[in-house]
Amino acid sequence: MKAHGADARPILDLTGVRKTYSTGAVAVEALRGIDVQINAGEYVAIIGPSGSGKSTLMHILGCLDVPTEGRYELAGRDVSDLDEAELAAIRNREIGFVFQQFNLLADMTALRNVALPLVYAGVPGHERERRARQALERVGLGDRADHRPGELSGGQQQRVAVARALVTEPAMILADEPTGNLDSVSTDDVLGLFAELHEAGRTIVLITHDHEVAEQAERVLTIRDGEISEAVVVP
Amino acid sequence: MTWFETLRTAGDAVRAHRLRSLLTMLGIVIGISSVVLTVGLGLGAQDKVRDQIDALGSNLLIVSPGSSTGTGGVRGGFGSSSMLTLADAEAIADKAVAPDVARVAPTTSTTTSLAAGTTNWTSRLVGTTTTWEQVRSRTLASGRFFTADELTTGADVVVLGPDTSNELFSFGSPVGQTVTVNGASLTVIGVLEASGATTEDSNEDDLAVVPITTAQRLGGSTSIAIATMYVEATSADTLSAAYQEVNAALLTAHDVTGEEADFSIATQDALLETANSTNRTMTILLAGIAAISLLVGGIGVMNIMLVSVTERIREIGLRKALGATPSAIRRQFLIEASLLGVFGGVIGVSIGVVGTVVLPDLIDQPVSISAPAIAAALLVALGLGVGFGVYPASRAARLTPIDALRSE
Repeated sequence: MKAHGADARPILDLTGVRKTYSTGAVAVEALRGIDVQINAGEYVAIIGPSGSGKSTLMHILGCLDVPTEGRYELAGRDVSDLDEAELAAIRNREIGFVFQQFNLLADMTALRNVALPLVYAGVPGHERERRARQALERVGLGDRADHRPGELSGGQQQRVAVARALVTEPAMILADEPTGNLDSVSTDDVLGLFAELHEAGRTIVLITHDHEVAEQAERVLTIRDGEISEAVVVP
Repeated sequence: MTWFETLRTAGDAVRAHRLRSLLTMLGIVIGISSVVLTVGLGLGAQDKVRDQIDALGSNLLIVSPGSSTGTGGVRGGFGSSSMLTLADAEAIADKAVAPDVARVAPTTSTTTSLAAGTTNWTSRLVGTTTTWEQVRSRTLASGRFFTADELTTGADVVVLGPDTSNELFSFGSPVGQTVTVNGASLTVIGVLEASGATTEDSNEDDLAVVPITTAQRLGGSTSIAIATMYVEATSADTLSAAYQEVNAALLTAHDVTGEEADFSIATQDALLETANSTNRTMTILLAGIAAISLLVGGIGVMNIMLVSVTERIREIGLRKALGATPSAIRRQFLIEASLLGVFGGVIGVSIGVVGTVVLPDLIDQPVSISAPAIAAALLVALGLGVGFGVYPASRAARLTPIDALRSE
């Protein structure tokens, strides 16, 4: 089931987004007017070589940074001009991050890692545990809840990270090179998981430089020199 | 994020780096334990001095001969004249002259050799009157004190201190035995109960007490030079009135003005004050050194927390990406630093308390455990953690999530 059709609405709406970095006297324009709409339930890949502005776009999409110019609406709310604490709250509620480096805390069990966003959301302990367990079962690691990241394979660690991204029921899952550190078996494993989540109606934005990975998405945006062009959808 | 969660997170971080946490705490541990010990030593020394001065008796004035002005205006030092006589003691004891004086015990004191059979022992020979027993709050372990008759006649009797008695008579009761002093044979009529008070100059349990007349005869002198006169006031409230009366009576008796006074009168409080002022200086000095080591310990905490922030930059970035606000991060690091401070404080206090128990056996000095000092030390330890944690914590809070995530 694709989530297109009647309930399709732009959950992500960027209009004229620019980002300029000034290092000393030199101003570098990383994004030069980005207009992108992504609907709820879409699986979008953003592909581009390094230096294309891909990372900057990911930071803005992930509310880790604010645009210099332009407007960014996430889940119906303008987030282009919020302060640090408000951005933290948006990241907590609306975005589920999946990183290339997994970024799991080594001293915590998988369960506590998954529950971490709920800690900052102020969810009480028993409820946190229930939801974290559910998320782990969702990614097929229900039996690994008490393992530490060091005791899991790369693919499993990335699954834990995906569970952590799911646990707050965010508007969007934002994956930044999620397969960059994985072998081909684990890559297929994680991409398979994304496909399943997409089937279940999740909105997924995947940022990558790898065409094979990008082909998994139903829609591919190419970024080059800070500008976006829509690629032909692979059948 | 609740305080409990923050505490748990901070606790996990402290536990995850056990060795480093311990080393970080070391400065605070040393500082706090030395504060507890030095304050304990200072208080212990003060308690000891107070016990010794209390053991002199209660509501006491201590009259000593002062300096005398000789011919040609050459002034001798304290004790250079022996201007206190038995007549002075009788004058003060007169209820008409000094109504607030309860008793007077004039004493002479010489160091002399005592012999019993083949055993001999050098001790302090104290000549005094019958009032000595009450004025000095002493009791007898066995036998009796000498009587007024024996005082008048200069009888050959002696009352031994418990230590002296043990030295001279290892076996059996000394009462009824004979002690030879300067060729005279004295009969032991009593042994004093231990007073427990020992000052550096005199052991109150190692002495031989004889009637003052006997002491005079043994010394071969014609006049009696009184070393110290113990005057007991009727109560604590009349102590200062008694002081004035004794002063006036002695000035009259010696026919001198206040400026020329050839005697000095000290109260127990004055003695205590003098002794304590020295102790206090030492305590302040030692506590100052301890405070410096606490400061160094606090800087150590800050140093390690800064290293910790740099090292955990990715963790901070991740937490921020997952929704931690800057204030949540600041709280986490602040509590971590406070935990180091508090744990350091608790360990330091424990070592300090163990020290106060063990140290008296090692250095023969009493050490007191002071609850306010311990409470203050713990507060200071917490304060150090918080105080020196503020800067690293705000550094952590200011990190932007991108910079933090990007770093390898």
